[in-house]
Amino acid sequence: MFDSPEKLALGFITGIVFGFLLQKGRVGKFEVIVGQFLLKDWQVLKVMLVAMAVGSIGVYGLVEADLATLSIKPFLYGGVLIGALLFGIGMAVFGLCPGTSVAACGEGNRGAMIGVLGMLTGATVFVAAYPLIEQVIKGFGDGGKVAIPDVLGVSPWLVIVGLVLAVAVFLAAVEYFGHRPPRKKLSQGSGVQEPPFVARGHVAR
Amino acid sequence: MTNPFAMKSWSPYLVGLGIGLLSWFTFATANKPIGITTAFEYTAALGEKVAVPQVAEAGPWHNKYFDEKSPKIDWEWMLVLGVLVGAFFSAWLSGDRQREKVPPLWRWRFGDSVAKRYAAAFLAGALMMFGARMAGGCTSGHGISGTLQLAVSSWVFILLAFSVGTVTAFAMYGKEGGDHV
Repeated sequence: MFDSPEKLALGFITGIVFGFLLQKGRVGKFEVIVGQFLLKDWQVLKVMLVAMAVGSIGVYGLVEADLATLSIKPFLYGGVLIGALLFGIGMAVFGLCPGTSVAACGEGNRGAMIGVLGMLTGATVFVAAYPLIEQVIKGFGDGGKVAIPDVLGVSPWLVIVGLVLAVAVFLAAVEYFGHRPPRKKLSQGSGVQEPPFVARGHVAR
Repeated sequence: MTNPFAMKSWSPYLVGLGIGLLSWFTFATANKPIGITTAFEYTAALGEKVAVPQVAEAGPWHNKYFDEKSPKIDWEWMLVLGVLVGAFFSAWLSGDRQREKVPPLWRWRFGDSVAKRYAAAFLAGALMMFGARMAGGCTSGHGISGTLQLAVSSWVFILLAFSVGTVTAFAMYGKEGGDHV
C-alpha cells in the first residue's frame, strides 16, 4: 500500500523541484500550451527539448556506470497509437497536460482543478474497464521495450550526440524564425524585474 | 539583486536544464523516471478497491487489473503531490496566481461561459488521462523521461500526440487563434 518513508520523502522533494520548475517555465498556462500547438509560442518545446537533451547525457552516463537502469516503456501498438490520439485531442482542448495541470492547480487555476477532477474520472473509467481496454492496448502487437540505438544498431552515444545537435539547430531556428513580435503589456504592474537571460519577447505579456 | 524565486518566469532553457538535471537525480536516487499519470491510475484503483472490495477477489465483480498491478501510494504519487506544492510556492513567491476562469483565447472563440469552459476541461482532462494510461505515459513519462532514454515507444507517442494536438488546436481556433494567445 505504501512505499518506504524515505522513498516517499524523496518523491515529494523531487516533485516540489519539478513543480517549481514547471511554474517558472510558465508551462502550466493554457495560452502557453495552446500557443505551442498553434505554433505561436515555442516555450513548451524549448523546455522539453533541453530537458531531454540534458537528461539523456546524464541518464545514459549513470547507466554506463552501473548506477541506474533504463525503464523503457513497451511499444504496444494499440495502446501507444490510440492513446496518443486521445491524449493529443484532450491536451489541446484542456490546454494543459497531466503534470502541468497539477502545477496549474498550484497556481490557483480553477479550470485546471476541474480538469484534474476529469483526469481522476478518466483514470477511474480506465481501471474499471481495464479488462476490455487491455485487449485494445495489447491486441495489435507489441514492438517491445526498444530504444532507438537498438533499432539502428549503433552506440547510444552516437544517437545522443545527434540528438543534442538536432535540438541545438532546431532551437536556434526557433529563436531566429519562430519569434512572434514582442507584446508590451505593462498592465500587470508587478514590479518584478525580468531575468537577464530570458529569451527575447517571450516573457513580457 | 532580484531574488530569482520572486521572478514570474525563468528562461525556458534554464528550466529545461533544471528538469534535465532533475532526471539525473531521479535515476541516481530512486532509479526511476519522472512520471505523473500512474499516480492518477493508482489513486483511482485504490478508490475502486475501497468502494467495491470484490474487484480484487474472485467472483463476478473481479477485475483482472488487480491481478496484474498493485496500486499503492508510492514515490511517484508523492512526486505528483510535490508538483502541486512546488508550483504553489513558485506562484506564491512571485505573485503569479492564476484567477482567470476562462482563458482569453477560449473566450474569444467560445464565449465567456464558465460552465462551458469547465465542462470542456473536465471531459478533455478525462480523455487525456485515459489516453495517457492506454499509452503508458504522458508529456512527462513519455515526452521527457521516455524520449531522453531514447525509447521508441516514447518518441512515437510524443510526436503523434503533439501532431494531433496541433491539428486539434488549429481545428478549434484556426489561424487567427494565434493572434489571441
